[in-house]
Amino acid sequence: MDVHRRIVVDGRDRHLLRGVNGSVTPGRVVTLVGPSGAGKSTLLSLCNLLQTPDEGAVFVWGWEVRQWPVRELRRRVGLVMQQPVMLPGTVADNLAAAARLHAEAEPDNRGLLRLVGLPAELLARPAGALSGGEKQRIALLRTLANRPEILLLDEATSALDRESAAVVEELVLRRVRDEGLTVLWVTHDLALARRVGDETWLVVDGRVVEQRPTAAFFDDPQSEWARRLVRGHLAPAEGGEGT
Amino acid sequence: MSLWSLALTLAFVAAAMLLSVWRRLGLEKDMVIAAVRATVQLLLIGYVLKFIFHVDHAALTAAMVLVMSCVAADNASRRGNGLAGRFCRVWLAIAASEIATQGFLLAAHVVPSKPAYIIPISGMIIGNAMVASALFLNRLRAEAQARRDEMLVLLSLGATPIQASGAVVKAAVKSSMIPTIDSTKTMGLVQLPGMMTGQILAGADPIQAVRYQLLIVFALMASAAITTLVLGFLTYPRLFNEYHQPAV
Repeated sequence: MDVHRRIVVDGRDRHLLRGVNGSVTPGRVVTLVGPSGAGKSTLLSLCNLLQTPDEGAVFVWGWEVRQWPVRELRRRVGLVMQQPVMLPGTVADNLAAAARLHAEAEPDNRGLLRLVGLPAELLARPAGALSGGEKQRIALLRTLANRPEILLLDEATSALDRESAAVVEELVLRRVRDEGLTVLWVTHDLALARRVGDETWLVVDGRVVEQRPTAAFFDDPQSEWARRLVRGHLAPAEGGEGT
Repeated sequence: MSLWSLALTLAFVAAAMLLSVWRRLGLEKDMVIAAVRATVQLLLIGYVLKFIFHVDHAALTAAMVLVMSCVAADNASRRGNGLAGRFCRVWLAIAASEIATQGFLLAAHVVPSKPAYIIPISGMIIGNAMVASALFLNRLRAEAQARRDEMLVLLSLGATPIQASGAVVKAAVKSSMIPTIDSTKTMGLVQLPGMMTGQILAGADPIQAVRYQLLIVFALMASAAITTLVLGFLTYPRLFNEYHQPAV
């Protein structure tokens, strides 16, 4: 990809991404780190066409995203959003949403819940009444039920306790190992980024200021921004203009 | 009613103006303009209708209904800011409800095929469809904005625009039909409908007037449903851009 994305706020051009350039190897996990508002979520949205770049192009398996049939692209490039929005209805309705949209057989909902350590009794509960952590896991399962080949995770474990987050981590990594899933994982949790990433990109103020193999990124950061991040001296709101 | 009796009713306008002056509402000018406009418009339409009823030609009747539907579509489409091509879509929805309901009444010989019946009944159907369309457009935008996150989730799972906007359109259709349903529920208890009142004042048998009013009430319910459903079908694509991203 090589993209620019801007929006107009109060009559002024506000750059969400400025000349982001990079590529992801299939079957690898890329962790995206950086301050809040740096443009990480925008970057994910460009990959499944929920947003379009103002300049540049995003290629998925050699095809620019705007050349893909939209439904096919979004089915194969799944996004788990930062806010775990529940669809109206029960947990079962949410887990079956993708299958119903594509007129396919409904998934094994009980088996899905087991994957993230949630009890089957939850299936009949109204999804809107769940806790933040439960919603986050249901949102992940809802996307996984669509069998994506690329998974875009936007702070997908931010509301989970350590134990639940580890279960989700293991689930995603197992899909990577067993099914060759490719993952772009936005996180503020540097320990998580280090644990799960094959490669890490640091996004600051709409630019990727450093992209290296994860071990090298954390052990031997090259840019001043990366050094400050690794030392814990980069404030969460610093260097952020986009979303 | 004689012209003298009609002139006496201007006392109501004068009373309203005096109240406005007394309470310093500053509405006197608007009241005069409103009274003059209503008088001119109604007298004009009275002479136009007299001419059309006298000529009794299908083309003239159709032209009158066409003008009414265009004015109604223009008025209702002002409510849908941000949705391109509103006028044509609203006009098609109003025309669909007029053709379906009036067509049924004529085909089943419920009302005679005379301009004196077709035009007033069309006026009521089109007027009701206009209100339903305006409410629908107003509600559609609000619902699309309120349910934007829900639509994004559905789109991200590969939903088509019609799937992603299904709940939004349904909610807009329901809320735009509520006034018609509510006024039907309270008819005769809270208000005596205009047409029935007019017929009774003109000396018609109240039972006969009630029958005609029920005909209109049922036609209006169908008209609101047809208008909003057709309008929903015609406008939902405008909630998205070519990449199936929310556009409102």
